[in-house]
Amino acid sequence: MSTELAKRRGSLMKSESKQKLLAFSSLLVMIIVFSIASPNFATFSNFVGILLSTAVVGILATGVTFIIITGGIDLSIGTVMTFCSVIAGVLITFWGLPIWVGVAGAILSGMMAGLINGLLISKMRLPAFIATLGMQMIAAGLNLVISGSRPIYFLHEPKFRLIAMGTLFGIPYSVFLFFGLAIIASIVLGRTVFGRYTYSIGSNEEATRLSGINVDRWKIAVYVLGGFFYGVAGVVMASRLNSAQPALGVGYELEAIAAVVIGGASLSGGSGTILGTIIGAFIMSVLTNGLRILSIPQEWQTVVIGSIVILAVYTDIIRRRKE
Amino acid sequence: MILVQQVLVKMENIHKSFPGVKALDNGQFELRAGEVHALVGENGAGKSTLMKILTGIYTPDKGKIYYKGNEVQFSSPRSALDMGISIIHQEFNLVPHLTVAQNIYIGREPRKHKLLLDERQINRQTQELLDTLNIDLDPRDKVMDLPVAAQQMVEIAKAVSYNSEVLVMDEPTAALADNEIEQLFAIIRRLKSNGVGIIYISHRLEELKQITDRISVLRDGSYIDTVETKDTDVNQIISMMVGRELYEDFSDEPVQDSGEVVLEVRNMTRRDGRIKDVSFTLKKGEILGFAGLLGAGRTELARALFGADPLVSGEVYLRGRKVSISSPADAASMGIGYLSEDRRHLGLALGLDVTSNVGITNYEEFKGTLGWVKGRELKGSVKNLVDVLNIKTPSIDQRVANLSGGNQQKCVIAKWLLRDSDILIFDEPTRGIDVGAKHEIYKLLNDLAAEGKSIIMISSDLPEVLRMSHRIIVMCEGRITGELSRKEASQESIMSYATAL
Repeated sequence: MSTELAKRRGSLMKSESKQKLLAFSSLLVMIIVFSIASPNFATFSNFVGILLSTAVVGILATGVTFIIITGGIDLSIGTVMTFCSVIAGVLITFWGLPIWVGVAGAILSGMMAGLINGLLISKMRLPAFIATLGMQMIAAGLNLVISGSRPIYFLHEPKFRLIAMGTLFGIPYSVFLFFGLAIIASIVLGRTVFGRYTYSIGSNEEATRLSGINVDRWKIAVYVLGGFFYGVAGVVMASRLNSAQPALGVGYELEAIAAVVIGGASLSGGSGTILGTIIGAFIMSVLTNGLRILSIPQEWQTVVIGSIVILAVYTDIIRRRKE
Repeated sequence: MILVQQVLVKMENIHKSFPGVKALDNGQFELRAGEVHALVGENGAGKSTLMKILTGIYTPDKGKIYYKGNEVQFSSPRSALDMGISIIHQEFNLVPHLTVAQNIYIGREPRKHKLLLDERQINRQTQELLDTLNIDLDPRDKVMDLPVAAQQMVEIAKAVSYNSEVLVMDEPTAALADNEIEQLFAIIRRLKSNGVGIIYISHRLEELKQITDRISVLRDGSYIDTVETKDTDVNQIISMMVGRELYEDFSDEPVQDSGEVVLEVRNMTRRDGRIKDVSFTLKKGEILGFAGLLGAGRTELARALFGADPLVSGEVYLRGRKVSISSPADAASMGIGYLSEDRRHLGLALGLDVTSNVGITNYEEFKGTLGWVKGRELKGSVKNLVDVLNIKTPSIDQRVANLSGGNQQKCVIAKWLLRDSDILIFDEPTRGIDVGAKHEIYKLLNDLAAEGKSIIMISSDLPEVLRMSHRIIVMCEGRITGELSRKEASQESIMSYATAL
């Protein structure tokens, strides 16, 4: 039994856990460095701020991890998320429906967008890049059309704001939601048939099809699942801002994808984990937060984060090459 | 003949390990100018690794390489190539969208004014090269439009065009028909008379007699011996390679078939016209061989039957009941398994472990509530198959990319056994597989048939078809041109049907 385990560590698990260890230790180093550099960094309220700001991107990144592992990509993440916020606004504020209907409607619209992406990619054989780029633009346009280009506030439903901002032990609900979803996603990916198919399709789609797997159906499912996460993120976003901001959205997709990639997933598919993605998301938010506390101008923050993405992926490539 | 046979290459005490696998443990090799030197061994014996070290693709952990008496170290394939060593890989390294000429001169294209590509020059040079090699190809044809055998010829022309003094050929005849093999041998003889040293890797041991001067044998990563071809017979080589008894149970009379028809195909025609109006039956416990030349439509038939490619017409009956198979998922659910001829691209997810590759066909059986995979039960079943099929792997968590070709093929077989398919379509089951593993696969096919599974075996290796099949169907240009019982069949009768149209 113990030799079996040792062998196991010696093969597949090694490379994945090594990358996670590397990413996790860089995250720790960052936290330590920022804590030394500024007394304002290592405070409870700042940590809560970091957790809160990671929640939205983290939920998005968790969803798109599945898609990236299949070898796909989704550029519609940000604007679909906003679309879900806008739908929540329409249902709750314009139509006066209960909060839970707004939340369900938002999540369902995310899944619907995912369904369309999945159908375009699997049944109509469009490249994922193109299909989801189209969806990104369609959603961006619809957001403005539906909202009349104005923010929709949730003023008459003060409880809506509690979804993201209500706290338990001083920590916002949205943080618990984020971690809860991440744990479930991690189990789904690692332990279920759906997760196995996700890896298999990404590693060799045609071989998977020829193994008698209905690849189209599982690819659609992966995009629908992605849409579910964008819907949840849309609700959290709207609740945090206490409004649906129709012009928001573009840019989030790249942050989410960057988190996944920093976490060790390969854009060519077949590898990646939820834990990696979560660490990736935290690396970006800790960095942004730390640089802001050190009063590094916003423009330079972006430059640093861009460099980190390149560096993270490069170290991953070096590591893989060594094996 | 060269007067003194200069030693071109000498490799001494070469060691190389990969994670979990010791690929080479004391590899040795010597190549003289003007000789064809065969390198043989079972899958996983270390042949490819040794050659990848010689051609600068891998760096050895330990050991020395001498080239014309000087110790050398190759840091990249380019540096070996510049030194005069080129290799024709078993898997093609051609760019499908480029033409024959562009592929041959890739990276060293003739230019006009240092800037612009000189297409006319490159085509003329290629035409000259092809003419000297007696290869009938148009330099302007795109490689993706060529059949596999022609692509192999392009690879050979490309390697020759470097005017290398050492040429490594890894399974050069795997994709070639008999007349093309003759053509290849003519090229080899010409190179040889020019003093080129050729390292020839092949699993077709009969070929070695015809073309090689010396034979070196590797087993389990270690050098065994080097012998003169003319003083050695094939059985001696096999025993050196294998070091154990072989399964020799071919001559048995076939198991009496039950006569129960399991599968019947009527008037099947593909949308792309690559098979036309094909009808045949398959009986329980039968091994039905499909013979024919390359491009005869056998793989296309298998893929269409398996639901992987679209049909325009045709009916399929399983045990007398008409069924509709429109996808591989349909076929698999009806108990049909397909083992593709291209296991690396179509059979396996190389980056994943053995469990994931074998398990993929049948996760449904190991599915608990909420889609949970019953990991322990799955691993138990996979482990069991690994033992039964004698798959050599450090553990079932090993990535299949790290396994040898024969063991990868066994993983593909394991996939379909896990699904408990009762109709198995084997497309070139022993292509690129060494003699030991080949015999194990033959035994496996016989055992499966004896258990009552029905097998369609597509093979371009005629002795293999004759030896294994209970009945043989011959195809030519997308049609069935003959059907032979085991008694009637001979190489001659098959070839006459295979060229009937």
